[in-house]
Amino acid sequence: MSTTKIREPFRDRMSLIVIKLMLAVVLVLVLMPLVYIVANSFSSPPAVNAGRVSFWPVEFSLEAYRAALSNSEVLTGYYNSLIYAIAGTAISVSLTVAIAYPLSRKTFFGRNVIMTVLIFTMLFSGGLIPTYMVVNNLGLLDTRWAMLLPGAIGVWQVIIARTFFANSIPDELYEAAMLDGASELRVLRSVVLPLSKPLLAVLALMYTVYQWNSYFDALVYLKDPDLFPLQIVLRNILILNTPRGGAGDLAQSMHQIQLANVLRYALIVISSLPVLIIYPFVARYFTKGVMVGAVKG
Amino acid sequence: MAITTTHPPVAPASAPAPQMARRKSRWTEAKRAWRLHWQLYLLIIVPLAYFVIFKYIPMAFNVIAFKEYSPVLGPWASEWVGLRNFELLFTNPVFGTLLKNTFILAFYLVLASFPIPILLAIALNEIRNGWFKRTVQMVTYAPYFISTVVVVSMTILLLSPEVGLVTKGLDAIGVPAMNLLGEPDFFRHIYVWSDIWQTMGYSAVIYLAALAGIDPALHEAAKIDGASRLQRIRNVDIPGIMPTAVIMLILGVGNMMAIGFEKAFLLQNNLNLAQSEIIPTYVYKTGLINADFSMATAVGLFNSVVNLCLLLAVNFIAKRVTGNGLWR
Repeated sequence: MSTTKIREPFRDRMSLIVIKLMLAVVLVLVLMPLVYIVANSFSSPPAVNAGRVSFWPVEFSLEAYRAALSNSEVLTGYYNSLIYAIAGTAISVSLTVAIAYPLSRKTFFGRNVIMTVLIFTMLFSGGLIPTYMVVNNLGLLDTRWAMLLPGAIGVWQVIIARTFFANSIPDELYEAAMLDGASELRVLRSVVLPLSKPLLAVLALMYTVYQWNSYFDALVYLKDPDLFPLQIVLRNILILNTPRGGAGDLAQSMHQIQLANVLRYALIVISSLPVLIIYPFVARYFTKGVMVGAVKG
Repeated sequence: MAITTTHPPVAPASAPAPQMARRKSRWTEAKRAWRLHWQLYLLIIVPLAYFVIFKYIPMAFNVIAFKEYSPVLGPWASEWVGLRNFELLFTNPVFGTLLKNTFILAFYLVLASFPIPILLAIALNEIRNGWFKRTVQMVTYAPYFISTVVVVSMTILLLSPEVGLVTKGLDAIGVPAMNLLGEPDFFRHIYVWSDIWQTMGYSAVIYLAALAGIDPALHEAAKIDGASRLQRIRNVDIPGIMPTAVIMLILGVGNMMAIGFEKAFLLQNNLNLAQSEIIPTYVYKTGLINADFSMATAVGLFNSVVNLCLLLAVNFIAKRVTGNGLWR
């Protein structure tokens, strides 16, 4: 082999090419369904129904988007999901910090017992029906609280937060704050939280995505269509194929049946867009969050 | 100076505090912690109440699995029936199918979705940082942020027997069009592979971090010894990520019986029910659609217990074999 010292041996360069090829295949496989959906959503209803669209819009049209954005159910769902995402995230982050911070303090008596109590809920769950009974007994059924409270704290998130506090707030800071006569809550507010912005970002993102994407709690606890989050609306239109309300007159003519089909592609894009747009900016925080949890998980 | 005197003589974090603490009685320790942290104890009341109300009270409500639940009497006053609900469940011909469907789907999912992120991470780790690596990572990570409802909708559209992309692709290689979602035999493959599509990039992140933590000197030494790229992957990378892999596998098995509901329920239709009906979907239908709370709770309790046993068993085996477990 006439290779210089810096170049890798021939077989290693070959295996690198094979690896790159495999990654390219994976890339295409993951991308294909996404491109297919987007291409269809921008195509004309007849082209979509004839199955003429593959990876590029055929007879470019925004009709589906216009129909989706004028559908009252979709708009209500969007509005509700925004409320749930914002309120749910606020509640969840506050409660998570409120329990994770004390548990991160080394002198907090009982921290191991409490942590065990939390982790046990990861191993053994009360189950669907008993949880439903609790929500029912509290009178939360068919209220917005049913979307915000039952899943408010994630144990995994508590572990992430606790690990972050324990590892990145030096004990000297607590001692200094104590000497200055600051109370515990003052320390949390003025010293710990300002130093924990990356953690708060991670928690907020995790809970927001969870709220935005969840449909299970709504399926179980909500009956009132005015409270439905977007995911339930999507399920009704996309999977059960039963557009109601604003879309009720869609089944009138051939064109409208076709439009209803393209609508599904447009809805997929519209509903996933907010999360997919912010995702590239927040992916590294997410990664960090996963890491922190993995260190002592 | 009152503050300094109430401050306990706790050694700095790095010093071995446990020996010091053990000498004092637990009671003194608790009193001191309360004096020091009383505000924090007040702070955790609300989150602790959350765990009691939404996690532990439901566990207690599982007693109705052993009762004939009456909404009027409530869970405590309802009449005891012993193990009747379980007898009914175990003798129900549906039970065997349910158990089989749940186990096969869960095992298939865990086994198939375990190695793929590892392979992806190893491959990504081999190529230089650049636009290609960034693009592959970005794109494979993205589906994780898409909701289950949307993933299932996409699956349905892609598999549509009339115009779906998969149908067209199969048609191109001469396979006749069929309704894959209506075929019970395809349900598991659809479920598992759409799941892998969605989570592969996300799961790979953890392994990428583990790979980044491997000492580069090991790779250098292997290179000097004349190890090829594949030999280095096999003998340096794979042992290096083994502890992470074991933990991920334990977590996977631990979640096995729990994650099923959302997607299985959405992918279900009357045609594929023979293989798509699993314990969680059955619990939902029995409990909330047919309002048989006691029976649904019995099925759910059975599921939770099996799940817990699996987790403990896998953890035990993993500790024996590799020395790594979730806890000691």
